[in-house]
Amino acid sequence: MADDELKAQVAAPTAAAPGAPLLRMAGVVKRFGTVTAVDGVSLDIRAGEFFALLGPSGCGKTTLLRMLAGFETPDEGAILLDGVDIAHALPHERPLNMMFQSYALFPHLTVAGNVAFGLKRMGLTRAETEARVAELLALVQLGGFEGRRPDQLSGGQRQRVALARALARRPRVLLLDEPMAALDKKLREGTQRELVALQRRLGMTFIVVTHDQQEAMTLADRIGVMNAGRLAQVAPPRELYETPASRWVAEFVGDVNVIEAEVTARDGATLTLWSDAACAISAVAPRVPAAGKVCVAVRPEKIRLAPRVAGEPAAAFNALPGEVVGHSYLGDVSLYQVKLVTGALLRAAVTNTARASGGFAVGERVVASFAPDDCMVLPE
Amino acid sequence: MSARRLFTGPARLAAIAPYLWLALFFLVPFGFVIKISLSQTAVAQPPYLPVFDLAAGWDSLVAAFGELTLDNYRLLVSDNLYLLAYLRSVMVAFTATLILLLIGYPVAYAMARLPRRWQATAMMLVIIPFWTSFLIRVYAWINILQHDGLLNTVLVGLGIVSAPLSWLATDTAMYIGLVYSYLPFMILPLYATLSKMDGALLEAAADLGCSPVKAFWLVTVPISLPGVGAGVLLCFIPIVGEFVIPDLLAGSDALMIGQTIWLEFFTNRDWPVASATAVVLLAILVVPLVFYERAQMRQIEGRR
Ligand SMILES: Nc1ncnc2c1ncn2[C@@H]1O[C@H](COP(=O)(O)OP(=O)(O)OP(=O)(O)O)[C@@H](O)[C@H]1O
Ligand SMILES: [Mg+2]
Repeated sequence: MADDELKAQVAAPTAAAPGAPLLRMAGVVKRFGTVTAVDGVSLDIRAGEFFALLGPSGCGKTTLLRMLAGFETPDEGAILLDGVDIAHALPHERPLNMMFQSYALFPHLTVAGNVAFGLKRMGLTRAETEARVAELLALVQLGGFEGRRPDQLSGGQRQRVALARALARRPRVLLLDEPMAALDKKLREGTQRELVALQRRLGMTFIVVTHDQQEAMTLADRIGVMNAGRLAQVAPPRELYETPASRWVAEFVGDVNVIEAEVTARDGATLTLWSDAACAISAVAPRVPAAGKVCVAVRPEKIRLAPRVAGEPAAAFNALPGEVVGHSYLGDVSLYQVKLVTGALLRAAVTNTARASGGFAVGERVVASFAPDDCMVLPE
Repeated sequence: MSARRLFTGPARLAAIAPYLWLALFFLVPFGFVIKISLSQTAVAQPPYLPVFDLAAGWDSLVAAFGELTLDNYRLLVSDNLYLLAYLRSVMVAFTATLILLLIGYPVAYAMARLPRRWQATAMMLVIIPFWTSFLIRVYAWINILQHDGLLNTVLVGLGIVSAPLSWLATDTAMYIGLVYSYLPFMILPLYATLSKMDGALLEAAADLGCSPVKAFWLVTVPISLPGVGAGVLLCFIPIVGEFVIPDLLAGSDALMIGQTIWLEFFTNRDWPVASATAVVLLAILVVPLVFYERAQMRQIEGRR
């Protein structure tokens, strides 16, 4: 395989200073009439990175990506590639390529014609073009499909043609808009793994847009979470999940229980709080001020359930008494809904480690507890 | 699923209906035309011989068959009046279709790029002329083009020409009439294919290094080819046989084939020669149709 050659070209020396980001967005704003689709985004993308833009529908992910590709021009701000502002360059002048959500394959061309389309604008000889097309189709495992037309392919095959076509010109950055949206769940998981492997092998810089949190976590080295046109947080997957920057991020990325509480004391990194659920909470949170109202967020899988004997006094810290009111068995985990004394519902995910174990029944009295380390203390 | 399985019961009847229609209203009358084209003129009612009389028995039928000849077709080949008329018809249709394409494509392209809510209005504007009788619209052109008509008044008024030009009874007038009358038939199929085109394709072309002009030639044009084919056929075929527009607007020194048929039929009362001319015309028109059909089949097969 000619990966090495491809890799060598992709990792061509940059004009910018060493250590500088490959792609830099600075204060980028885009308005459509009265709607501000992208509202002051500043973001650095490093060379060789797999970056994911994650956010709810309509938060401006596609708009941001389209500004990188050149289909929209920012109203404010700069987009620097290798230190050169490309914010107003035309799409065909940019060394970036995009894989479209609808794939946008040319229906009048064959698979080979689609992949060769971008190459033919580069002034390669016919033999070079053919060799590269064959190489790219082998890369996406579509050898032998050269003569097919797009409407003779399955959804997964079309997706791979679109990927090969976008890779053909060896872009400095590959932009992917919801690349898996049209694939079914099983195919999506396999394709995600392939895409990551491909990106590692080529050493290219990928920016992928998705509204699927699991997909973002599977694919990306770093994730930028967007909300209403702004970047809410930029972090690697684990950091995003375990130390979200705000209540909104905690609730958007994964499932979370939020308990409102007031800080009563601080002892080093450990906070003591008093929650509405009539329970003292001890939480490790070095960066939170020692007073005021906060949110304590706990992921469902970090909550342990234990049977509670009637009349027994509640434990001192991080133990919320309640009653199981809902139970769903999902195979690998069981989800419990626990009604607390305040009436609030707490969600707990218990891994089903043994085949025979019964778990808890609806109506059973339980104590839900969690470790101080597992509390994420966030500003209100 | 095979086609045979698909058409069962009432569905099979429905599939036969168009063929029945075609047989009844095209093949049978066309059979009569072919038969007349093989007959001889006669001063009689009907004005040709032989007449097949089913009541007269088998022998007379056989005798009538024996009287059929190819003489009328020999006449068509030997007298270059007909040859020239065919040639002129094809040339006029070709030129007019080319002009129609050159005007229709940009119009259809612009329509397809209008904001959605304006597209229906534009479509309406293209179709509105159909609400007036075709004949009246051609007569209106006579009014515009005549010696003291609107066009000359405007041209003289603006000082572009010093004296009125004679427009009527020229090929220019005929082409104006043809292009005006057939423009909707060119625009509508073009618009149909262009408006269906996914805008993301042009973005993809730009992304892959095409300037807007290049993207137009490499993506828009090839994708709109089926519409071009349909529009060209919808214009070319009827224009070849067109009678009214050349008769009313063009000069009388060169005839188109439709005019020749009319002349033979009504002025000379020579039904057999008129029929033979019509049969040859159909044969000429089948050629482009077959090509188009082939291209379509190839495309459908390519898709499978
Ligand atoms: N061309 C446009 N004209 C007007 N408004 C637009 C245009 N494109 C996007 N918007 C608006 O900008 C906002 C952001 O849209 P965008 O397509 O970037 O969202 P997104 O994050 O990609 O959402 P999704 O996950 O649904 O694709 C939306 O409110 C949308 O309605
Ligand atoms: Mg989007």
